[in-house]
Amino acid sequence: MKAAVLVFPGSNCDRDLATAFRAAGFDTTMVWHKDATLPDGVDLVGVPGGFSYGDYLRCGAIAAQSPICRAVADHAVRGGFVLGICNGFQVLTEMRLLPGALMRNTGIKYICRNETLTVGQGDSPFLAGYQAGQQVAFPIAHHDGNYSADAETLDRLEGDGRVAFRYAANPNGSARDIAGILSENGRVLGLMPHPERAADKTLGGSDGAAMFSGLAGALTTA
Amino acid sequence: MKARVSVMLKTGVLDPQGEAIRHALGALGFDGVDGVRQGKVIELDLADGTTEDRIREMCDKLLANTVIENYQIEIL
Repeated sequence: MKAAVLVFPGSNCDRDLATAFRAAGFDTTMVWHKDATLPDGVDLVGVPGGFSYGDYLRCGAIAAQSPICRAVADHAVRGGFVLGICNGFQVLTEMRLLPGALMRNTGIKYICRNETLTVGQGDSPFLAGYQAGQQVAFPIAHHDGNYSADAETLDRLEGDGRVAFRYAANPNGSARDIAGILSENGRVLGLMPHPERAADKTLGGSDGAAMFSGLAGALTTA
Repeated sequence: MKARVSVMLKTGVLDPQGEAIRHALGALGFDGVDGVRQGKVIELDLADGTTEDRIREMCDKLLANTVIENYQIEIL
């Protein structure tokens, strides 16, 4: 099982994500944003949190146009797995790999704290380590995590079981309490909370570890 | 030639920054400010003869996120 973690100028959760991937058994390579190709045989691409390009223009907008993101789009089209966390989620929406957009939190403030999330119904390898309806605690750390999409898109996401995580107590104004969403094929997941920051007990929580181990398990049995 | 692109959130999309500005204006004693929308202005220095269609392409591809934003192009 091979994973790649993208590194943009301003990424700051790339090494945390690589650590979580490796702990789950992924042979993980860091990939610079100027590279035009992913390493051969990569199953999973991680788009990490941080402040790519200083959040200039819009969060994730410039990273979404980088050479490596064209390779990530091709990887997704081929049915590859992509996980975008926080700024990575913003990048995936800017790439239009996932619908909607992340706007400024309704309270204007940057929020950094643990949030309780409810796991959705989605039939996705990313959720294989969880039960639908289970509650987990992941930290959030964002200024622009307010998920926004038109009503038709939101209805479709809910109807197709593509809401992967919802906030138990909405911290940022996200439409329908959405914290994370899946692509149609369930192989692209974007979420604002940080499972990689809750993947080891010494970090104060380990609820996130099941996402990585569950995905690894689903990939090895597949 | 120069062009100015104004990017604004679409009508109906909540603008938390605009709301914060509206509250701040109220706190400063400016009554009667019913709404504030904050956007951005991008000025482009362009090769002469750049078409509006080309600028529109720039907007659709990068300058605006048309999921939540509208834009207007002004040739200066």
